[in-house]
Amino acid sequence: MGRAKRFSGARREFIKRAAAAGAALAAPGAAAEVTAAQQPATPAPNTAESPLTEGRSGSDFMVDAIKSLGIEYVCSNTGSSFRGLQESVVNYGGNEHPEFLTCCHEESSVAMAHGYFKVEGKPLCVMAHGTVGLQHAAMAIYNAYVDRVPAIIVIGNTMDADKRQPPAEWYHSVQDAASMVRDYTKWDDQPASLQHFAESMVRGYKVAVTPPMGPVVLVADAELQERPIPEGLALRVPKLNVVTPPQGDSGAVTEAAKLLVAAANPVLVAERLARTPEGIIRLVELAELVQAAVVSGARGRMNFPSRHPLNQTLRTGTVISDADVIVGLEVMDFWGTVNSVLDLVERRSKRLAQDDVKLVHIGVGDLTHKANYQDFQRYAEVDLAIAGDAEATLPSPIEAVKRLMTPDRRQAIEARGARLAAASKAAIERARTEATYAWDASPISTGRVSAEVWTQIEHEDWSLVNNGLASGVGAVPVGFWNFTKHYQFLGGSGGAGIGYGAPASVGAALANRKYGRLSVTIQADGDLMYAPGVLWTAAHHKIPLLAVMHNNRAYHQEMMHIQKMGNRRNRGIDRAHIGTSLDEPAIDFAKLAQSMGWYAEGPITQPNDLAPAIKRALAVVKRGEPALLDVVTQPR
Amino acid sequence: MAFVITVSAMTLSAQTPAPGAAGSAQRPAAIPPGNAVNGGKLFVKYGCYECHGREGQGGLAGPRIAPNTPSVTTLIRYVRAPRGEMPPYTEKLLKSDQDLIDIHAYLSSRAAAKPQVIPPAP
Repeated sequence: MGRAKRFSGARREFIKRAAAAGAALAAPGAAAEVTAAQQPATPAPNTAESPLTEGRSGSDFMVDAIKSLGIEYVCSNTGSSFRGLQESVVNYGGNEHPEFLTCCHEESSVAMAHGYFKVEGKPLCVMAHGTVGLQHAAMAIYNAYVDRVPAIIVIGNTMDADKRQPPAEWYHSVQDAASMVRDYTKWDDQPASLQHFAESMVRGYKVAVTPPMGPVVLVADAELQERPIPEGLALRVPKLNVVTPPQGDSGAVTEAAKLLVAAANPVLVAERLARTPEGIIRLVELAELVQAAVVSGARGRMNFPSRHPLNQTLRTGTVISDADVIVGLEVMDFWGTVNSVLDLVERRSKRLAQDDVKLVHIGVGDLTHKANYQDFQRYAEVDLAIAGDAEATLPSPIEAVKRLMTPDRRQAIEARGARLAAASKAAIERARTEATYAWDASPISTGRVSAEVWTQIEHEDWSLVNNGLASGVGAVPVGFWNFTKHYQFLGGSGGAGIGYGAPASVGAALANRKYGRLSVTIQADGDLMYAPGVLWTAAHHKIPLLAVMHNNRAYHQEMMHIQKMGNRRNRGIDRAHIGTSLDEPAIDFAKLAQSMGWYAEGPITQPNDLAPAIKRALAVVKRGEPALLDVVTQPR
Repeated sequence: MAFVITVSAMTLSAQTPAPGAAGSAQRPAAIPPGNAVNGGKLFVKYGCYECHGREGQGGLAGPRIAPNTPSVTTLIRYVRAPRGEMPPYTEKLLKSDQDLIDIHAYLSSRAAAKPQVIPPAP
């Protein structure tokens, strides 16, 4: 993203004045005036302009605004349209809070912020060109938006056409920079002054972290960044006041509590519930009070301990079909929780729950809707829709359940709890057993990868920052793992845009670093090939991370799609690999990682070689460095 | 699309059973034994492994089908006319039922689970 060599200010001013003189000569009448006055064509010497910026620059104040928000890092691929800001971050700001992190792609920058937030609960800042940088960033912004993750994206732009240096600054300028991502950001602004920038920075932060959260975009005009702050200009960074999350209506919450207490088979489905560790504690309390089955797996984040006796995630289908009351907590797709669409020639939906099941939803999903992108999912016919942040709302149904509980109901729910506990234990045992089929197979089974990693990290303070094996806590390859803490499972990309896993892992590992946690990612090969430069970022900034590749040498889900099409059309699967395999040549991910400063081994094809390799890689990670194992695996 | 395929002796060619081939106790007399080694190759060739794993151990997209594989006749009937989301394999795509018999032999000969290799949950 280099910017062409720029003239000095004095040189530029000279050319501008010369051009103005030329234009004046071309104008009728004006020429006569010039001739009459016998003015020379050369401009008068500029004695007022200094080649140095006196005092503080506009971007210094912008950094003041960013610093006021406690933002730890700026993830960025350097770009000339925000060179003033970058220089202010590293020099004026001392490169601390925020520290500038060198990224090799803007998609990596945003996805790093995405992963970081899901561990730390705080947004990062991303800086990018307003045009080419934002275009690179767009996919990751969409993922963050769908996953309701905040990020503060500051983009450079030169609004004043008179100040743009041709040609690159024209390519890098845009009339309405944020428009291309407006469909999948929560808010944006293009401040016209430094005071405006400060207020919009603080407002943007506030908007981004208010549930439903989301990324915001702020345009930093290049002239505003680079010009000195006029002497005597009074500037002030306003105080941040974060909005307390909205809570559900008390009457509706009491109705929900009544349904839960009276239910024979209540189920709590939690997806984006736990914004903080407190969310897990509250869900455990509610579930135990009513001895409800809890499903918290395929989507969302860590909401509920995986080995809690009430966790029925491994039995999702059974408990959903048996339920008479289902309470969704920040569920993204409630319709899809109780229905499915079969992928057949003629698509048709299938009801998964009982027809008369009572459906309750608590969440902020209904408080935000845009028209274009369809992430809002199919309309769910719920009986009680409670608008409010579920984590903030949970204390109310907990208190209501305590009030409503009677001795006879308590006796009934205790019996239910015992049944659920037995079923949960059996399901975990099944998951453990399932992982050991094809134990000695080569390519290595996903179950063996999962088991070998688990065996060596279970006694560490670990964090599974990305799971390329499956989409959730309850998925079979990791169904026997013991997830208890909020940072141990971070969910998926949100928008199902591939390329999230590697950079989000690095961002999450960055957040885990200061706590001394062991960050582990199961890294899919196709995902890493989107923007592998993030490996260099991790090495350069000394971010410890164990990456165990799930290298099946293909976009295997897509290969299955092509196979399905070929079989349906009675043409066969012979060509299903075209456009879907990542082989011939096989990618040597160990060499790729080594070239960017990682410790790496592989390709590992024999299952018995895996455990010793993990042990060696863990020793490296514990020294504070990233390590990658290229494991050649079975498809999925 | 509904195919009802009857396994008949006419569609089946004689095969020498390989070591590890499935036992014939469950099979009707008309069904010859399968060749597990060939079945393993066919399991890959026909793309079965993509959803079910190379050992039939199952995965995200397909259930485990080994080593406790359904009977040969059930397997053939299902592959020809699946009830769920699995795509069908017609006679054009998978000409011989013997191939499915070999695949059955391969799946039936896969190793059992080894739950003892992962410490149980406390």
